[in-house]
Amino acid sequence: MQQKTTNHKAWFLVLPMLVLVAFSAVIPLMTVVNYSVQDTFGNNQFFWAGLEWFEEMLSDERMWNALQRQLMFSGIILAIEIPLGILVALNMPKSGFWSSFCLVVMSLPLLIPWNVVGTIWQIFGRVDIGLLGYTLDALGIHYNYTQDTISAWITIIVMDVWHWTSLVALLAFAGLKSIPDAYYQAARIDQASRWKVFRFIELPKMTGVLMIAILLRFMDSFMIYTEPFVVTGGGPGNATTLLSIDLVKMALGQFDLGPAAAFSLMYFLVILSISWVFYTVMVNLDKKGA
Amino acid sequence: MTDAAAQSPAAVKSRSFPRVKGGTVVMTLYLLFLMLPIYWLLSMSLKTNAEILGGFSLWPRDLTFANYITILTDEAWYMGYVNSMIYVVMNTVISLAVALPAAYAFSRYNFLGDKHLFFWLLTNRMAPPAVFALPFFQLYSSIGLFDTHIAVALAHCLFNVPLAVWILEGFMRGVPKEIDETAYIDGYSFGHFFVKIFMPLIASGIGVAAFFCFMFSWVELLLSRTLTSVEAKPIAATMTRTVGAAGVDWGVLAAAGVLTIVPGALVIYFVRNYIAKGFALGRV
Repeated sequence: MQQKTTNHKAWFLVLPMLVLVAFSAVIPLMTVVNYSVQDTFGNNQFFWAGLEWFEEMLSDERMWNALQRQLMFSGIILAIEIPLGILVALNMPKSGFWSSFCLVVMSLPLLIPWNVVGTIWQIFGRVDIGLLGYTLDALGIHYNYTQDTISAWITIIVMDVWHWTSLVALLAFAGLKSIPDAYYQAARIDQASRWKVFRFIELPKMTGVLMIAILLRFMDSFMIYTEPFVVTGGGPGNATTLLSIDLVKMALGQFDLGPAAAFSLMYFLVILSISWVFYTVMVNLDKKGA
Repeated sequence: MTDAAAQSPAAVKSRSFPRVKGGTVVMTLYLLFLMLPIYWLLSMSLKTNAEILGGFSLWPRDLTFANYITILTDEAWYMGYVNSMIYVVMNTVISLAVALPAAYAFSRYNFLGDKHLFFWLLTNRMAPPAVFALPFFQLYSSIGLFDTHIAVALAHCLFNVPLAVWILEGFMRGVPKEIDETAYIDGYSFGHFFVKIFMPLIASGIGVAAFFCFMFSWVELLLSRTLTSVEAKPIAATMTRTVGAAGVDWGVLAAAGVLTIVPGALVIYFVRNYIAKGFALGRV
């Protein structure tokens, strides 16, 4: 990397961005903090409640259950999408028309509005009119995502795999393409097996992009709202009520401002701390690479 | 890409032949998995509701464009697309306008708190929109911007500005610093240099950043739905209209879905080689 000069006047270049982001990030965040420590009896009269809401939320099973479901969801989709993404990247044509073709088709799901992704799977999975649901039903497999917990979970997981595996694959592919051909030639001279080429050449070279992929997939799956909401609405019962769905129910549905705000802050903190770990690892890898 | 292109056929051939075949199978299956749900949506959008509900058919037996005509002639429908387009374009312009100078500062200078600022930017990308939905609603209501395009455009800056800064910084790092210095010696002012010389050099970066701002603003629903009611209602929220007293109008819903995929599909070809770089926040 090039040497940077120290120039504190650079702040003036950053300032417009800072003002804008502060307006759309800091003010709302402060509002949340404000609500989280106050209580109201309506009429816009607020009084100090201290950490009451936090204590209430921490002892509330509802939040823990949502968190548990959320961790399970993020864990499962990471466990599927990362290996599958690598597998797809390894098998992609390296250049030419088919390479472009694969890139374009694979990017398509990434560009579909999230509620439409939900709609697509809602339709696709229906037993009466959807290809997937109809086929499964015809094969005699019991499948009904609106009433059966297992079916609902499988549907939202397959949907997320469909939606985002391409992202992992695209990143891994970009990492693979940056490997100089000399590495493969050396491996061939040493008669390295396919597995060894992957383990000792391709995987180490992909670590950087894979960290980004894991970070992004973790963050985004942890915040997921629209897609499962459209497909299952959090049901059956609360079986697919993930953190964001629960939060929106609480804040916009029931208007429980205090608890919702306390919930929001803890939610944000969990994402922030886990992402910070990934970020630190990523930056360290970057330094090692440079 | 070029030298890989020249050498890879040989490399692939010597690395045992069956792998190539296996690769084709894997890719075919994967692409099929990706396309099937989209095909189903497209096929449903071309069927009449009677056909959709009447029986199961793999392709439209009596092809109809009525669903599309419904959308394109009903103002309540097509205004949804117009509204979405308006705030998406606004957001892209605003995001790029503030991100360009900021990214330049990050790529060229060390300054007080720069690393902290950079991480703080990323934290905004991590903020769940669900956390911000209610505060945004109250903030924009209190300043009288509720149900306007600009409110949604500003709200989406929350995640698009950090994204744009990261992507642009990645591209700017690749431009040698000597160019800046030469320009200053030649007597260019900063503004003149930036617009006339620097921006053309990172044109592809600007294109990619614009594409990503466009895309993330386009796919987002929670904030845009919370901040609008009638005047600036996005297409994503309009789609709930299909649930009527007589049940869901599946054909129109599918047609509306297909039309939301079109803008992305149109531009994707141009940025196909940069998509990975964009998603990696300019770090591949």
